[in-house]
Amino acid sequence: MDWLPTEVRELLEAALVAELTVVNERGSPVTYPLIPLYDDGRIYMTSSVLFSKKLEHLKRDAHVCVSVTDPVATGGRSDRATIQGEARVLEDDPHTTWERVLPIWRAKEPAIDLFYKQRFGLPLFFERSLIEIIPRRALYWADGGSQSAPSVSVAPEIPPEAG
Amino acid sequence: MDARLGLRKLVDYPFQVLSWVDDDGYPVSVAVQARFDLAAGTASFETPTGLSLPAERDLSLTGSHIRPRPGYGYDERRHVTVWGRLLGPPAAGGEVALRAVRAWGWDEEEMPFVEYSERGLPQSRRYFAGLSEQFGRRVGPRLGRGWLFFRATRLPFLSATFVPVLLGIAIAAKDGYFDPFAALLTIVGGAAVHLGLNVANDVFDVEADEANVTPTRFSGGSRVIQYGLVGRRQMARLSLGFYLLAAAIGLFLLATRYSPALLIIGALGMFVSFAYTAPPFRLVYRGLGEICVALGFGPLMLLGAYVVQTRGAITPEAVVVSIPVAILVALILYVNEIPDRSGDEAAGKRTLPVRWPRDLVVNVYLAAAILAFAVVVLGVLVGWLPIPALLALAALPLVPRIYAGLQRYYDQPYGLMAFLGVNVQLHLFVGALLLIAYVLAIALTALVPGAPVFFG
Repeated sequence: MDWLPTEVRELLEAALVAELTVVNERGSPVTYPLIPLYDDGRIYMTSSVLFSKKLEHLKRDAHVCVSVTDPVATGGRSDRATIQGEARVLEDDPHTTWERVLPIWRAKEPAIDLFYKQRFGLPLFFERSLIEIIPRRALYWADGGSQSAPSVSVAPEIPPEAG
Repeated sequence: MDARLGLRKLVDYPFQVLSWVDDDGYPVSVAVQARFDLAAGTASFETPTGLSLPAERDLSLTGSHIRPRPGYGYDERRHVTVWGRLLGPPAAGGEVALRAVRAWGWDEEEMPFVEYSERGLPQSRRYFAGLSEQFGRRVGPRLGRGWLFFRATRLPFLSATFVPVLLGIAIAAKDGYFDPFAALLTIVGGAAVHLGLNVANDVFDVEADEANVTPTRFSGGSRVIQYGLVGRRQMARLSLGFYLLAAAIGLFLLATRYSPALLIIGALGMFVSFAYTAPPFRLVYRGLGEICVALGFGPLMLLGAYVVQTRGAITPEAVVVSIPVAILVALILYVNEIPDRSGDEAAGKRTLPVRWPRDLVVNVYLAAAILAFAVVVLGVLVGWLPIPALLALAALPLVPRIYAGLQRYYDQPYGLMAFLGVNVQLHLFVGALLLIAYVLAIALTALVPGAPVFFG
């Protein structure tokens, strides 16, 4: 269900890079800059097996947040957002499963086609897992500053007091 | 990464992303403007409004940078994260400080993406092993058969075989000997020895390839074993298959040529190819790799091809032509070993760039490359080589380019890569120009009998 506020969706669609924060085995946050791919109410990210530590973290603890903070990566937008949710890893076949997001990845990073055509040169880079994030709560800062309280939106199926 | 180094790097980012895990177990991230006290190892920032920071749990500050490139994507990737705990209780609206205790990050200017990826190999193996256990079947990387063959055999390097073999055939043709079927068999046989060597190199060089975290596409080693694309045994069988094919062709040619010279050249070629990395010889580990390659892809290939056509006769001309080819092919290996030298040294592979200091390596390159051209010029002046062989001098301007590249990027594997490519071209161009020279010499002799093709 696509309940995210329009501004948050726009930010996700505009951002070349967002920060995925997961929880490691010690309960600490670990932040990874990744390309956010927004599609039909879900946020998708991909990870090569070469950099799969994050996948191990989120298989252990599915709680994640995705923040869009960098004006340079969003075409100069000054607003910011953080989306909390649960992630699952789709990787039945790391060779191909992730390819379903290739069209939206290509839209943000056209150069991926160049590399993809030469996947024999970087074979493990294209063995990837797909991270699917179901948003539960969104924090939005219209002016981008953390000195103002964010406007908070919560997924309809989660009662606000539990968010 | 040291925590203070992480803090120092974080200073350069225009803002930082503060992250923590909230009371519901969800991570939260919010952009803040931190101020840094590098001496104290702390970062201070105002408490984000409306959000409560944990006093007894880890928080992190992350800086992340990209440069958007419309129509391409982005580059200049770098990020750094510093972890720590708050020094005091977080007060609403007040400033809090975090003491850095550890850090992690990556900057592609400091570590190129290829090296960063290579350093992720152990993680990828662990992950695939976990997936295999999870799914109850083998899960691993794969490539299409064609691409896998291309990669595992390092097919593009066959130019090192084609140059001397075609030259040997061309010189023989100029001397009046040409058997197309034998020529075809020679090319296939030479290619089989070369591919057998390439694959055997992977089988016997696992330790050196494993230790190499800065492989280039010119590195010794296809890395198919390291990447888990092919097993070591499969590669050993593939290598054996190529050697058997080469041996069968060699035996057939011997049986039809009755040439002791061909027997010696063939046996020596097979031995050098195998002993290059195979124990107990491991000649490349003893600093003899360049000599092996020069011998194998110079005189042995060229004279072998020549002798197949002439049924045993060898001329000084064929020997002289093989010298620049030998030098330039040895220089391919020599230069390709420069970016691999750390991994090679770690694995006890004492190549010349491992043994020699930087200046000596670079200067020997220049001297050897000039020597290759000098042999061509001298060969023509003395009357051993046909006058059109001077065409090879057209490739000479590549030498100072490569020399300058070696000087500038000696310690930067991925900066050096373009020059490794030019160095391969140097061998290919000189070989192709010499080949053209012989075709011209043959044509001139046929079309204009008595035309001066040689000096003297």
